[in-house]
Amino acid sequence: MTLTAPTRTMAAEPGSGATVELRDVVKSYGGVQALSGIDLVMQPGEFVALLGPSGCGKTTALRALSGLETIDSGSILIDGVDVASTPTNKRDIGMVFQSYSLFPHMTVMENVEFGLRMRRVAKAERATRAAEALEMVGLGSHGARFAHQLSGGQQQRVALARALVTRPRVLLLDEPLSALDAKVRVQLREEIRRITRDLGITTVFVTHDQEEALAVADRVAVMRAGRIEQIGTPRELYATPANPFVADFVGLTSRVPGEVVGGEVVVHGIHLPLLGEPQPDGPVFALIRPEDVALATADRAGAIGATVVSSSFLGSLRRTDFLLPDGTLIAVQHDVNDQPEVGETAHLLLRMAPVAASTREQ
Amino acid sequence: MTAVKNDSGRLAAVRIGAEPNHVVRWIILGVVGLVFAFPIFAMVEFTFRDGLSGGHTLDHWTGLFDEDAARTYRNLFTAIGNSLLLAVVTVGIVLVVLLPTMILVHLQFPRLRRVLEFICIIPITVPAIVLVVGLAPVYSVVVKVAGGSIWTLAFAYGITVLPYAYRAIQSNLDAVDVVTLSEAGRTLSAGWGRVLWFVLLPNLKRGVLAASFISVAVVLGEFTIASLLNRVNLQTALLQVSQSDPYVAVIFALLALALAFVLLLSIGRLGRTRRTGSES
Repeated sequence: MTLTAPTRTMAAEPGSGATVELRDVVKSYGGVQALSGIDLVMQPGEFVALLGPSGCGKTTALRALSGLETIDSGSILIDGVDVASTPTNKRDIGMVFQSYSLFPHMTVMENVEFGLRMRRVAKAERATRAAEALEMVGLGSHGARFAHQLSGGQQQRVALARALVTRPRVLLLDEPLSALDAKVRVQLREEIRRITRDLGITTVFVTHDQEEALAVADRVAVMRAGRIEQIGTPRELYATPANPFVADFVGLTSRVPGEVVGGEVVVHGIHLPLLGEPQPDGPVFALIRPEDVALATADRAGAIGATVVSSSFLGSLRRTDFLLPDGTLIAVQHDVNDQPEVGETAHLLLRMAPVAASTREQ
Repeated sequence: MTAVKNDSGRLAAVRIGAEPNHVVRWIILGVVGLVFAFPIFAMVEFTFRDGLSGGHTLDHWTGLFDEDAARTYRNLFTAIGNSLLLAVVTVGIVLVVLLPTMILVHLQFPRLRRVLEFICIIPITVPAIVLVVGLAPVYSVVVKVAGGSIWTLAFAYGITVLPYAYRAIQSNLDAVDVVTLSEAGRTLSAGWGRVLWFVLLPNLKRGVLAASFISVAVVLGEFTIASLLNRVNLQTALLQVSQSDPYVAVIFALLALALAFVLLLSIGRLGRTRRTGSES
């Protein structure tokens, strides 16, 4: 598929992004609590990603924001107005779904015009704005086609144009890239980010792909079991995870046995600063990032002998799994020119980076 | 899949339940077609017979358009009008009651789907004669409330067509992601009414038309309920006419068959209709 560089022609509405606030939002399905008191504030124009494993409540939170799900208690405020009891069609939102949701009986142009038609915008203005929106997503020449004549990526672009053409106050994206192949996914996510930034629209992006979330979002909210575990910039989440779950979920970590001693984590004799809340002395798993471990020579102080288990070429770098003497598997990110052979013995050095730690039974 | 030895003695995979090839399909179609065509051909031939003389004549067909015939067969024409009215009201019941109920269950109460399916399938398991036994006391009330007009029979027909109409609409509902489409419509400022009109119905057109045509075909062919509830429709009138003029009865039976055939053919056509543009 050829992706043309979209031309930005749709005028951004000054201050079109809205403040969005979820206050203590609770939602249950039967006895299962999908949202257990979510609190989240988004500034106008901010791009926030809801990230978490399946069933963590991220899609429920998005659907509650859209009005497609009612909430049991709490408030949902858009620009300070509680919309919790406002029907979806009156919330002034735009939404792109995971599955291709274009209306199959309409052309691309008719699809994009639909929201304007429902708002009784005059025919001539509808056509102009829809054409602008299609230009914006690089599909200006595809207006006469039907959904089944487009690729998956093109369909999601049309869905994006359709969601944005009404100039909504909030844009909601429910895993819009998950059905696309890797290359298109990366291209489209960057385009989404650029367009939403240009338009200054407040955007909520639901994904289970941490790389995707870290790449596009201003802030990422990591969710688990209906709660937000941590919200922060991608860098904050990666560098200073609030707890082991966030550390484990955001980025790759190896769980290496260690011990908390006096507020530090001791791993193979190396004292590492402890991230997050202070923990009592005792055995823990230190969650160590691959980039915090380096290949070293045997004569280096603190070097740990390890055996190469597997090694993967990742383009600009290489990631190798080593087996430590205690049977722990540890991933190491290193220079692509170092090419350890499977079964070979090497030496590793832990960098003095702060680590998160989760408790373990003695 | 199972393995059999082919001519060269090698094992070859044979797909059990696979679609028959072109020749087999035409043979099956030919045999089945003959079975159906033979009595229809006999009916057509019968309508041209000149009594017991052994000759053939067009008189039975041309006689339908005589002024005398119009008087003679006034009841038959009334019955045709009745059946068409019943067909329209029955289709109305399907569209106004069944279709919105099914959409509502599909979108909002998916757990009730099995219950609805069970309810809709029941009429096919109850013989018409048994149905009438239950309907007779109900109709004594219906007559008091709504009068004895022929259209009230459509309430009973609305029940008898349920299994066919349900299946036609349900298969269309299953083929379209109506949940996502309706949600997309709502996020684009459309209320439920507009979602139904602008988004759902165009995508359910095939199922709705199929349900309507099948309902019409069932109503035009219905005899037992009308007869036992002492109503006049096409089939009861045909029986009556056949006792005085069997030729005319067969002519009208043929015309009814032709109409049903056209309706079913239309459903088949709709099933093949594609949206504008070719599949990519």
